[in-house]
Amino acid sequence: MNHNQTSQSTTKPNHTQRDRFIDIGGLILSLVTIVGAIIWAFPIYWTLITSFKPETEVIVEGISLFPKNFTLEAYTFIWENTNIAGWYLNSFITSSFITFGVIISSAGCAYIISQLNFPGRRLLYILILGSFMVPIQALIVNHFILMAQFKLLNTWAGIILPQLIVPVVVIVYKQFFDAVPKEFKEAAQLDNASHFKILFKIYLPMNWGVTSALAIVTFIGAWNAFLWPFLAATGEATMTVPVGITQVKNSFGIVYARTMASAVLAGLPIAVVYLLFQRRITKAIMLSAGVKG
Amino acid sequence: MLKDKRADYLTALILGGPFLLIYGALFLWPTIQMVIISFTDAPLIGDGEWVGFKNYIKVLKGRLFSKAVWNTGYFVVLTVIPSTLISLAVAMAVSRLKGWKQALVMAAFFLPYILPVSVVFLTWNWMIDMQYGMIQYVVRLFNDGEAIALTRNLPFFMPTVAVVTIWWTLGFNVLLFIAGLGNISPEIYEAAALDNASRWRQFTRITWPLIWPITALVLTLQLIAQLKIFDQVFLFSLGGRQDATMVLVQYIYKLAFQQNKGGMAATVAVLLFAMIIILSVLQYQLLRSRGKK
Repeated sequence: MNHNQTSQSTTKPNHTQRDRFIDIGGLILSLVTIVGAIIWAFPIYWTLITSFKPETEVIVEGISLFPKNFTLEAYTFIWENTNIAGWYLNSFITSSFITFGVIISSAGCAYIISQLNFPGRRLLYILILGSFMVPIQALIVNHFILMAQFKLLNTWAGIILPQLIVPVVVIVYKQFFDAVPKEFKEAAQLDNASHFKILFKIYLPMNWGVTSALAIVTFIGAWNAFLWPFLAATGEATMTVPVGITQVKNSFGIVYARTMASAVLAGLPIAVVYLLFQRRITKAIMLSAGVKG
Repeated sequence: MLKDKRADYLTALILGGPFLLIYGALFLWPTIQMVIISFTDAPLIGDGEWVGFKNYIKVLKGRLFSKAVWNTGYFVVLTVIPSTLISLAVAMAVSRLKGWKQALVMAAFFLPYILPVSVVFLTWNWMIDMQYGMIQYVVRLFNDGEAIALTRNLPFFMPTVAVVTIWWTLGFNVLLFIAGLGNISPEIYEAAALDNASRWRQFTRITWPLIWPITALVLTLQLIAQLKIFDQVFLFSLGGRQDATMVLVQYIYKLAFQQNKGGMAATVAVLLFAMIIILSVLQYQLLRSRGKK
């Protein structure tokens, strides 16, 4: 053990051989990993590159990894010939309302489950936990009937309402509210603060990190939703971006630069949000799955 | 004291109200209504006559239902286990890396996950294009220089959609596995390295058993998610022989929105509901008990 203390930085002599061997093996592994990552990301790169090529260059045999004649033709075509500006608006409005609605309603519900005593509290929590497993997709028929009854098909409200059910957000909030030290609440109650005040002035601000993370992930989920917006919005005017781009594809014929441009436009806002908030997003996803990072 | 309690109930009702309203009106009620409608011959919109178990008998005896069950099961097998194994391998490879290299590689594997399904569909539809698709260069290598219409050839349809799905959703599993791997104390590996344990031995004796709870979680979450599969299968089957590649949610969609059979669609939805709950409870119990050994 003595020789260890004399030089901490150098490896133990009898292990040098093995360490060098591991280094070479590790280097190969790293290389394989990086090559794998490049292959994995390639379809995204290819979509981007294709969208910047003129149509005539897209249908040339062979692989050209970079456009010879860079053009935004495909984008201007999509912009001028589809209702994409309207779809953006629809997606943005509906996703924002869904996010706001889910966060506020879930925080309120989590607070009462976590901090108040009322009959049926446990039952409520078990119901919410149980609904985790229930396939919302199986409810499309009845959501459609319900929205038709209230004449909400082809409206923003019709797209928003059935997407407000994200029980996992309540579960995550409850865990975080449980962990807030009781002293904060007791001190506020001595000052005669109402539960509203305690929730909005203490519990939510203290859990701002979780709130923003959950909000971003809810927004992404709502933006990406396909099945329900596809059913609820049948007219081109009320479609969201992800639904819209699949509907117009056929009317273009086989024009891949344009199709890829529409795909890029649909994915871009989400990709930007991801790159800006990478760590919050991964955190929220792990929280929703019940894994501590 | 009593007044305090009553005030508590009132606050609970107001704070929890929005969520309870949403949950009741858009989750509990549609679920109950779904069960009721499944016993009637109602069209999509409008009332129907009570027909008892007739729908259930008709659905369970129907050729298309067993086809849909089979296809859904096939899809689950093709995605869940391969995706879990690949994501564990990727997670182990990624967690070896450090700093910006790790961030970059992780981003490459995670980026597809945040994209809308229609973007994934358009991207891969272009990748597998008969004439100019990138994937066809690989296909030609194995098929005597002939391209294959991967989503128009029955035997290739599900495997192709499964590969696309794994590409799309892998990042989520990788994230959970990385979190799990990070929770394994490095001291255990250091001790194993001192004992000259080989990498494979370290994996089978340390990593695999310690990561098992995460593996069970990943398997369960994926099973639930893939039983509800619709979007990709639907999009890739547009313009093809949809009945042959039908999955369960798609069958609900067909009955309700293409054949105007609300009652029958609700019947399939109830059966899917039951299947998901039974299977996920079973799987979770099974995996958990295996983990304890």
